[in-house]
Amino acid sequence: MDTVEFHHESVIRQAAQRYRDVPGALLPILHHIQDTIGFIPNQTASELSPILNLSRAEIHGVITYYHHFKQTPPAKHTLAICQAEACQARGCRSLTKEVTEMLAGDHDWHVEHTYCLGLCATGPAIEIDGQLKAHATSEKLQKWIKDAKENA
Amino acid sequence: MKHTVFIPCDSAALAAGAEEVAQEIIRLAEEAGIAINIKRNGSRGMFWLEPLVEVEVDGIRHAYGPVSVEQVADLFAADFLNAGTHELYQGVTEDIEYLKNQERLTFARIGITEPLSLQDYEKYDGWVGLKKAISLKPADIVQEVLDSGLRGRGGAGFPAGIKWRTVMQATADQKYIVINADEGDSGTFADRMVMEDDPYMLIEGMIIAGIAVGATKGYVYIRSEYPHAVDTMTEAVRLAREANYLGQNILGSSFTFEIEIRKAAGSYVCGEETALLESLEGKRGIVRAKPPLPALEGLFGRPTVINNVLTMAAVPYVLAQGAKAYADFGMGRSRGTLPFQLAGNIARGGLVEKAFGVTARELIEVYGGGTFTKRPIKAVQIGGPLGAYIPADKLDIAMDYEALAQKGAVLGHGGVVVFDDTVDMAEQAKYAMEFCALESCGKCTPCRIGSTRGVEVIAKIQSQPQQAVAQTALLRDLCDTMLNGSLCAMGGMTPYPVLSALDHFPEDFNITKTEQHAA
Ligand SMILES: Cc1cc2nc3c(=O)[nH]c(=O)nc-3n(C[C@H](O)[C@H](O)[C@H](O)COP(=O)(O)O)c2cc1C
Ligand code: SF4
Ligand code: FES
Ligand code: FES
Repeated sequence: MDTVEFHHESVIRQAAQRYRDVPGALLPILHHIQDTIGFIPNQTASELSPILNLSRAEIHGVITYYHHFKQTPPAKHTLAICQAEACQARGCRSLTKEVTEMLAGDHDWHVEHTYCLGLCATGPAIEIDGQLKAHATSEKLQKWIKDAKENA
Repeated sequence: MKHTVFIPCDSAALAAGAEEVAQEIIRLAEEAGIAINIKRNGSRGMFWLEPLVEVEVDGIRHAYGPVSVEQVADLFAADFLNAGTHELYQGVTEDIEYLKNQERLTFARIGITEPLSLQDYEKYDGWVGLKKAISLKPADIVQEVLDSGLRGRGGAGFPAGIKWRTVMQATADQKYIVINADEGDSGTFADRMVMEDDPYMLIEGMIIAGIAVGATKGYVYIRSEYPHAVDTMTEAVRLAREANYLGQNILGSSFTFEIEIRKAAGSYVCGEETALLESLEGKRGIVRAKPPLPALEGLFGRPTVINNVLTMAAVPYVLAQGAKAYADFGMGRSRGTLPFQLAGNIARGGLVEKAFGVTARELIEVYGGGTFTKRPIKAVQIGGPLGAYIPADKLDIAMDYEALAQKGAVLGHGGVVVFDDTVDMAEQAKYAMEFCALESCGKCTPCRIGSTRGVEVIAKIQSQPQQAVAQTALLRDLCDTMLNGSLCAMGGMTPYPVLSALDHFPEDFNITKTEQHAA
């Protein structure tokens, strides 16, 4: 077992330990793992299975069911752009196309789609590395992307 | 004299740059040696003015907005700390038309107070409902909620009091209060604002519900797209517990109540109440068949009150002011007020709490000021992604559950999303099907398969106009199957946006009005 896997294993065990007495805690456990590691590592289901007394298939089913849980390491930067109706009405479709092209091939960036950030009166709404942004335009996006690179 | 400056911490204000503005105000005040007292209030819900900076002068709050970092120095130069004139000056906050003409019962404190300040909450009528509830018999609390006419704000409009009574009358070793804070509908943000800007109100409502039905444990299931709401609610629960509003012997009474905050994981269908309960139990969010009702066999098989954030947030007012005070607002069977949310292509988007019965047109034109792009309105989607599109000439419709139902529309969670005349309604219909395909829990075929077929059919209508007549007929059949054969409203209501788009805008589907009627 290499050190990365060992680290992952200890995070998974810690998470299970922390929520030991909480009924129905699989989601909080998975959140804890993803918030710590950045994604849900491969061995999660098999590690958690004996501790939680759930089958590996059940745990795997939960991990894959929810859009929020990621099974691969995140890119250095994540840009989530809202695709839902209120942002469509403010032009998110063309903006999505633009930003996807702008960042295509840049492995530091992962562009993902999200469905409503609760900023529907000031769209298009986006989230860059966890920061919410309203009134997105292509000029502002270029600036925010540049700022994110500099802050990294 | 120390000046008080209010800069919102609501995430819509933060997304517009409120944090940077706050830092700049602090920096320039320090530089000038001016003593200021910064308060981070909730948002007034006038989002086109965010970041909205307020200053208090002689006990009266004056508003400036939307303030950018670059304009802060200019505001100092204009002596904004003493309400000096400036192009961003909006007048005395309470006198701004948008706010002044609202009927804010649930949102009475929001934007005024600091969300996590227990002192503010108490000062502005907090805990009055809870104290009243502690002095009443559980059945009397339930009666009060019944008499208020309060209906579920999550979409279905089911009377809250009836749900509570069922749970109260059930016998079980444990009962639960669950708050549906999944707020997945595009165009809605009222739940988010309650949680970020007035969290104790929701907590107070939950404790009252717990006392009424005999539940000692509550959960708030918050969507993962709302990290600020998760943080604020978590901190509010901690502070409320410290002050003995939660825990054992609440305020010296015999009641116990605990709250756990749970973060969802990005599944729209988990807003459906039974899928939500599955998710809380740690499973995939698959919809359960009803019966059993959650009120009898809900979370972990126990009797459970599950209510939307806004439903529960209305409860402290009902208890504090009495059922009648609440029921005096509204029309027909829709009693009280609804925090409407104006969104999409709208000039003045934001939160407008009004009694039921206000027309969509009044909301959009008088409050919203028409479109943001200044182009004509083409259609308005009311009630989220499962709500119908209403064409611009049919907006004189009362915002009331029954009035909308009569027109084949729904009120949902009160979201109003405006589109201008550049929108392609076939594209909107296709999106509705795509969203259903993406979010279907997979339990029933009409929803899971039908939605994917729906996307294909609409794509064909778009790309092969000569087939549009036949394909729109097929689309109608498909919608019929989904309407009638789906277990929950995901599959059952996706046809609402699709068919309303097709009915009102046949030309976007490459057919004429005549062909429409022949089909
Ligand atoms: C697909 C789907 C999504 C839903 N999403 C939500 C939601 O995000 N928030 C909510 O309160 N209710 C939502 N509902 C409605 C709930 O099933 C349920 O009616 C509500 O939680 C009951 O609370 P209320 O009576 O206070 O409205 C949804 C329903 C469906 C079918
Ligand atoms: S209608 Fe769709 S979301 Fe609802 S139970 Fe059926 S498959 Fe699941
Ligand atoms: S629809 Fe984009 S933030 Fe709500
Ligand atoms: S997510 Fe279950 S069918 Fe697509």
